[in-house]
Amino acid sequence: MSGWLSVRAIAIVALLLALVLLPVHVELGGSRFLLTLFTRIIILALAAVSLNLILGYGGMMSFGHAAYLGIGGYAVGILAHEGVFTGFIQWPVALAASALFALVIGALSLRTRGVYFIMITLAFAQMAYYVVAGLARYGGDDGLTIYKRSQFIAPIDLSNKVQFYYICLALLFGSMYLVRRIVNSRFGLAIQGARSNDTRMRAIGFPTYRYKLVCFVIAGTLCGLSGALIANHTDFVSPAMMYWTRSGDLIIMVVLGGMGSTFGPLVGAVALLVLEEVLSSITEYWQIILGPLLLLVVLFARGGIDGLLGKVRHG
Amino acid sequence: MRKAILAASAALLLAASPAMAQQKTIKIGFISTFSGPVAVIGEDMRNSFELALDHMGRKMGGLPVEVIYEDDGFKPEVGKQKTEKLIESDKVDFISGYIWSNVLLASLKPVVDSKTFLVIANAGPSQIAGELCSPTVFSTSWQNDQTPQAVGLYMNQKGVKSVFLIGPNYAAGKDMLAGVAATFKGKVIGQELTTWPAQLDFSAELAKAKAANPDAIFVFYPGRAGVQVLTQYAQAGLKDKIPLYTAFTIDELSLPLQKELALGVPGAQEWVNDLPNEANKKFVADYIKKYPGKKPSFYGAQSYDAANLIASAVAATKGNMSDKVAVQKALEKANFKSVRGNFRFGNNHVPIQNFYLQDVVKKGDDYVLKTVATIVKDDQDRFHDKCPMK
Amino acid sequence: MTLFIEQCLNGLQFGLLLFLLAAGLTLVFGIMDLVNLAHGSLYMLGAYFAATFAAWTGSFVFGVVLALGATLMVGMVVEVVAMRRLYGRDHLDHVLGTFGLILFFDELVRLVWGPEGLTLPLPSWLNTSVPILPGVDYSAYKLSIIVVTLAVAAFLYVLVMRTRIGMLIRAGASNREMVGALGVNIKLLYTLVFGLGAALAGLAGLMQAPILTVQIGMGENILILAFVITVIGGIGSIRGALVAAIFVGFIDTLGRAFFPDLLRMVLSPAAASTAAPALSSMLIYLLMAVVLVVKPEGLFSASGK
Repeated sequence: MSGWLSVRAIAIVALLLALVLLPVHVELGGSRFLLTLFTRIIILALAAVSLNLILGYGGMMSFGHAAYLGIGGYAVGILAHEGVFTGFIQWPVALAASALFALVIGALSLRTRGVYFIMITLAFAQMAYYVVAGLARYGGDDGLTIYKRSQFIAPIDLSNKVQFYYICLALLFGSMYLVRRIVNSRFGLAIQGARSNDTRMRAIGFPTYRYKLVCFVIAGTLCGLSGALIANHTDFVSPAMMYWTRSGDLIIMVVLGGMGSTFGPLVGAVALLVLEEVLSSITEYWQIILGPLLLLVVLFARGGIDGLLGKVRHG
Repeated sequence: MRKAILAASAALLLAASPAMAQQKTIKIGFISTFSGPVAVIGEDMRNSFELALDHMGRKMGGLPVEVIYEDDGFKPEVGKQKTEKLIESDKVDFISGYIWSNVLLASLKPVVDSKTFLVIANAGPSQIAGELCSPTVFSTSWQNDQTPQAVGLYMNQKGVKSVFLIGPNYAAGKDMLAGVAATFKGKVIGQELTTWPAQLDFSAELAKAKAANPDAIFVFYPGRAGVQVLTQYAQAGLKDKIPLYTAFTIDELSLPLQKELALGVPGAQEWVNDLPNEANKKFVADYIKKYPGKKPSFYGAQSYDAANLIASAVAATKGNMSDKVAVQKALEKANFKSVRGNFRFGNNHVPIQNFYLQDVVKKGDDYVLKTVATIVKDDQDRFHDKCPMK
Repeated sequence: MTLFIEQCLNGLQFGLLLFLLAAGLTLVFGIMDLVNLAHGSLYMLGAYFAATFAAWTGSFVFGVVLALGATLMVGMVVEVVAMRRLYGRDHLDHVLGTFGLILFFDELVRLVWGPEGLTLPLPSWLNTSVPILPGVDYSAYKLSIIVVTLAVAAFLYVLVMRTRIGMLIRAGASNREMVGALGVNIKLLYTLVFGLGAALAGLAGLMQAPILTVQIGMGENILILAFVITVIGGIGSIRGALVAAIFVGFIDTLGRAFFPDLLRMVLSPAAASTAAPALSSMLIYLLMAVVLVVKPEGLFSASGK
């Protein structure tokens, strides 16, 4: 643990405060678009947090994490399309569907390792992408507009932007806490042990395959939650949200922010999406700046932004 | 047009007086694709919209105009996000643009909910003309099915008995193939949809069409895919064997790349660069002057009309955007000089208009599109009955 | 039957073309252990160079030759400037860094050549179809792609199996430290291998150019297919890449050709036409998943990693 007055601690506290106070700023006359933008950032940060659990702590390089975004989103979209609007059904279905998908592909993929694991998770995500793109009833390639957001009991109203923002923020903080608890538990330590030396962990008597699978399912389920949120945020789901480049975006957030750190994925999501927004407003050719910037982060800032800030990483 | 210029110059004089120093700005958001392989379409739309603003002295009804261009990146969800930004953050009075049906359908809800006036400059999914029509939504293009319907009629005239249809698997692609089938009296002996926009190799589909041996093949491939489909059509040895009919596949943007492959391939369009009316002559001539080496396409013509339609409504309401009903009524009148000649709206705010047969001819070293015939006069889309507005 | 033969040839041609891309990937992957997402950018550059040089020189053949040289050079420069620093790093770093390179190259091409894209017109002697069997005509250009790629495959085989460089490549793929310990100039070897991979990618790109035209981002979809092939074939194995590429080419083309008709037997025509293109694209990934579940290291794993 770094000291409470380190640059890193100050930066993170400032970021969290800014996120909590953002709606106040908007109510006081700030641009409403900021609220929309940051709701999206927070939801994607939640997805990045879930990816960080397997990527940063578990060493499982999933290149198909966007599949759960799509599955969670389509669970909400398809149910809404069929006239089921209550979130008490939509959300559990979204979580269960993601968990089930994670269980199946995890069970098969975890037999491989290294680059093969990257590619097999990619393959499963692409398959999910094409299945959804083939659903003529639900818009196929064009996607599906959601005309009513998930309904909960009063006073919860997801159409209220400020309320929705705080719900997303609360779920994000909750997930970060959950991931932290998992990582510091005996289970989490075993997972991290398996990352550095799988054979030894097995020799000590940990069933690492089963542990990793459970971890994989938890991450998938959390990401499914993020998918349900993003469907409610955009009122629209399309296969594009599970295309391989989206999985790439999530990886970038995690690595950019700092792998294996509690706040890293959040920092990465904010940094990447704000950077995109700012650069694209400066020049139409913004990718020519972002591209080399990513390369530079990889080359010179191991541990991502979080690492840069503190030079101290949480295990 | 002249009216607009008069109004603009009058306003210039007024603006000089201190009493009018504080005046409102008309804000227009314009969404199109400005990045990636189809950015060339977005550029043509922006160029034409800018040219229209130049022609009206960059004022509408005497008020200065600010246009905010946003890139949809060819993706429905990005288009929706940018639409929300224009409405919430920029608080625009009008939104225009939209090339792609799927981007438009994704973006429609926030526009309609916020009662922002929308003037679609290209996309024409059947829903917008039918059950999803709205008092605040207008189009200066067409409904997707209309153009291929005209192609179907033309094939009947040519005595085509059987056709094989190939198109991309997205909202407009399905509309297009349905449009041909709606008017074509012969037999549709095969139909293939391809993954959009990822699939660019059509050899498997063309080989099937060849094996089915139809009288004609119909394709719809907008943007860059139009070049690929013509190239592969020739490479498959089909060029002299089975005649090709198209919709939105050959235009001024793709022609410099298609060249002789497009010679003798007919297509239908509601606007051609040689339509004989004053507004069109001015548009085409000034476009070529302002953007050397470029030629306007129908995408541009529709955007030019969109700007003029918006200007006519602003002028009629004297820039009072708060009276939504008055603005709507003014837009419905379509009191402007369209580059396609006569222009009027149907009950669903989709134009009732002529469709022309266009062909490619060689002019010196250049390939140009020219009008050959009028296929159908005053055509109204077949979904307007489903629109509750009367 | 004619249709079936034609579709098989289409599948073979596409598969062999994918092999060119996958061969470069698998070499770089196997020897330097580098996941190079920017491989597709080199494919794109090959096509842009060929179109530009062919327009300058007025000759298709000259254009192709110059473009090959240019992509080779770009590949070696990229290796020296960026890739070299990524060796030995985590695969995730590779993914992130080379993803950045994709963005960079896409925008660079847009700045230099504009967003419109280019065409690479074929000389008339290639733009025809020739009879290959009585009653079956086939595109002369596609036939020539098959011939050229088979020749390149043979060249690679000889290079890897019969020459000193090939020996080092093979040795490098199975044991990097050992090759270094033998006093071989590893740096130079790596630069050469990367350049070779780039040239192969460029060759694939410029050969696709007359069929698909030249445009920004053209390498991104095909890149994933090339990765799939590399993995199915087993990382580092040229032979595996060849077998897997032909498999994937056939499955992709035949799937698109005949799958919709099969689907129409079980689904309504409207649902089938929407579902077919999506589901036939899925077959390749299904193949990869099945292969990896059965053989977690691909069909022909070159190394024991």
